[in-house]
Amino acid sequence: MGKRVAVVGVGMTKQRSSRPDVNGQELINEAVRAALEDAGISRRDIDAVVIGNMDHFEGINYVDTWSVDGSGALMKPIMKLTTGGTTGTTVAMAAYYHVASGLFQRVLAIGWEKNSESDTTGAIITAFDPFWDRPIFAGAVAGLALEATQYMHLTGATEEDAAYVAVRERRHALNNPYAHLHINLTIEDVMNSPYLSWPVKMGDMCPRTDGACAVVFASEDVVDEFPHRPAWILAVADRHLWSYTSDPYVNQALETGGWAPKEVYDKVGIRDPLKEIDVAELYLPYSFAGLRYMESLGFCERGGGPALVRSGATDMGGECPVNPSGGVMSSNAIGATGLLRVAECALQIQGRAGDRQVPDVEIALATGFGGCFWSDVLLMGGEMPEKPRG
Amino acid sequence: MAEERKELIKLESGEAEQPFRWSAGVYGSRFLTELRDNKRFVGVRCPRCGKVYVPPRNVCGPCFVELTELVPVSDEGEIVTFTVVGFGFVDPSTGKQKPVPYGYAVIKLDGADTYILHYLDETDPQKIKVGARVKAVFEEERTGSMLDVRHFTLLDR
Amino acid sequence: MEPVAVVGVGMTTIRRERREDGYADLVYEAVRLALEDAGMTIDQVDNVVTVSNDFFDGRTISSMAVQDACGSFDKNVSTVEGDGTFGAFYGLMRTLSGSFGTTLVCAHHKGSECVMPLITNAMFDPIYERFLGVEAVTSAALQARSYMERYGVAEEDCALVSVKNHGNAFRNPAAQLPLRLTVEEVMSSPYVAEPLKVLDCCPISDGASAIILASRERAERITAKPVWVKGVAHCCDAYHLGDRDLSEVRPLREAARRAYIMAGIYDPRKEIDLVELYDAFSYMELMWLEGLGFCGPGEGGKLTASGATAFEGELPVNPSGGCLSGHPVLVAGLNRIIECVLQIRGDAGERQVEGVRTAVAHGINGPCGQSHCVWVLGGER
Repeated sequence: MGKRVAVVGVGMTKQRSSRPDVNGQELINEAVRAALEDAGISRRDIDAVVIGNMDHFEGINYVDTWSVDGSGALMKPIMKLTTGGTTGTTVAMAAYYHVASGLFQRVLAIGWEKNSESDTTGAIITAFDPFWDRPIFAGAVAGLALEATQYMHLTGATEEDAAYVAVRERRHALNNPYAHLHINLTIEDVMNSPYLSWPVKMGDMCPRTDGACAVVFASEDVVDEFPHRPAWILAVADRHLWSYTSDPYVNQALETGGWAPKEVYDKVGIRDPLKEIDVAELYLPYSFAGLRYMESLGFCERGGGPALVRSGATDMGGECPVNPSGGVMSSNAIGATGLLRVAECALQIQGRAGDRQVPDVEIALATGFGGCFWSDVLLMGGEMPEKPRG
Repeated sequence: MAEERKELIKLESGEAEQPFRWSAGVYGSRFLTELRDNKRFVGVRCPRCGKVYVPPRNVCGPCFVELTELVPVSDEGEIVTFTVVGFGFVDPSTGKQKPVPYGYAVIKLDGADTYILHYLDETDPQKIKVGARVKAVFEEERTGSMLDVRHFTLLDR
Repeated sequence: MEPVAVVGVGMTTIRRERREDGYADLVYEAVRLALEDAGMTIDQVDNVVTVSNDFFDGRTISSMAVQDACGSFDKNVSTVEGDGTFGAFYGLMRTLSGSFGTTLVCAHHKGSECVMPLITNAMFDPIYERFLGVEAVTSAALQARSYMERYGVAEEDCALVSVKNHGNAFRNPAAQLPLRLTVEEVMSSPYVAEPLKVLDCCPISDGASAIILASRERAERITAKPVWVKGVAHCCDAYHLGDRDLSEVRPLREAARRAYIMAGIYDPRKEIDLVELYDAFSYMELMWLEGLGFCGPGEGGKLTASGATAFEGELPVNPSGGCLSGHPVLVAGLNRIIECVLQIRGDAGERQVEGVRTAVAHGINGPCGQSHCVWVLGGER
């Protein structure tokens, strides 16, 4: 039987457009020191380190061994994982399984990126198949635009619906001192911003960000050593389906985005996610995802995303506030992004989220997104689960 | 130390590049040679679920069985979804700025069950519709690449 | 640690170039072989860990290419970027967590498709080191020199490893480079980076491998010959070569110490019957033998010269032919585990070593063996 696992400390750098004052190891180290301090422990107490980013954004091969000075993994086990946009949640899940296995009690998870150091679009194009996708594919913005077009076609959603999400995310970010973008946008601002790739406009997209996040995961056997309320991992699941960019569109296969959420809900016994989940930190790289995800997550029926979002249910003070941190549309250091979602959920459960705190959070949902519409889901809670449920 | 200078240095990677020679595999090679030599599209059919994969591949993910039966598919099809790219970027395959704007789409070829990406010969999003019929226009000089198709043209303007 | 077993293994042949096969073709072949070996269908695989490297594949999300081929459809799946021994370690943890009864781990590599020195040059710090052109071979040469100077190890001592491992490869149909060599031939092969000569270095290779791990309950239902994970650990040294004592194997000693404690091994020389270690270069086998505790510092050459590590010796090392006889990076560590499994099961065919009960598999990450992973495998639970 595995161990139950909780988040017991988080650290993050301020997310910024560029950090020329630090190299990669130093950026990582900022987050690591913050996380260790937050957990009230030192490097010596860490049993293993898990790290992730997307290699081609910085051009560093073997980031696990390269990062040692920053990650604190000297003479410790360190493992690198990489799954594209989902890397941050992949790293969180890896830290979870490290502890759940019973082999390690205190594990440090690190996600980071210095997107300022390379051409993000070029590096994302090369994520896809060199024969079938690369000659035509135009990176994340255009790839997401294909989803947006299909979503509008299938559901009748409008660009204004998406703009509502873009505005919400930026408004929430004003409460988060760590967020990259602090801008007050209106729906008109978003609608008037230039098209990057129709129907996606400048105001619909996430920024490129430099940043790092580190999270300490601990076993049920040692959680009492830490100063904060443990934020328990209740269940995790992921689906990394498909090999080519156009595969997810087959039979409107964006439906598969609901498979991983359903798995965690089934494990934990969540029947009405919108009501039962108190806060969600979702990997929404652009505004239309904030509509579609509502449906994949079972917050509403197919096509109900726009109405749900416009009802205010996902705003601060709503039924289930989405991205009190400002989310990915306000900060996107890609390798850190998924892990930041987990860190934010932990802070919400611990009641330490400052101006972005949602009252009385007991159940929180973190997601990752990437690849061919891959989805990672972690459900977290304030009460220790009855048994480990992966 | 004299007055501290706050200069932050960035190191350019210069002309560094890492060339690759990727294998298309058996079916991918057939697909590309058919495109090059005969201006034809082929797919490969799953013996279990019957799905025709274009571009071809060696395994059906859901059924986890090997795919061996090559089948012809049409050079006409319909638009599943599309966009018009308006932002400039450097194409990592060529190292050059990609000319914008350009329209591109996820296209379902008649006879195929999976889709391909390709350019459209239209850049006004109001003139492109999901479900619109399209046909491949081939380059005169073909080398065995997806770009042997110049673009897909909208049939019902 | 709860008992977890390797219940199925599969590997493609290792060749200089498998031109007809893309990454997905190689992975599909290896996964099918592992399933066949275990007598399982893909439905009985609860989750998957793939192993790949974005640089070697020239692809920012290298795992995407193999999602169909690895059988991860509608399953939980993750990707380790590092040697296969590390990927297998993650597979082990996912199995131990109780969330999954079986875990498939697969790895692929096509050295034929990339320019190896450019890729391994990218391991080095872009600001301080990369411009020197230092990469896997030249950094290994620094380590070899450092080790040989410190302990008075001769190039001939290293050459013995090459002679032995290439000779062993004749009994392994999957191996790429079976060669009948003499020490003189190794010594007279041209220098690549002094003191490393062509025949001291592993080849460039294509290949893929897969293993299936299972919890005790599932393992005993799947196979009559489960091979149990007795102990496993990994450990990482400092990054900059200048921060390390390259003649020393500190992280390997530590990884081995932890793995042996888990496995209840007190005297590795007596208790371990066979070793498959990561001999990317001939000198590495000597250093890793020392780090794994089979002899004292600087004594790897003597141990090898004594014949102890030969196929017929008391402690056969790399009976498969090792990385020197085929080196698909990442896959290579998984291949070390697979060889140990086959030997323990008695399924190693012509290269079967008699009476293998406990074996050690070993893999490395980073330049000059910066990070080491040690597996102790055994036939008895």
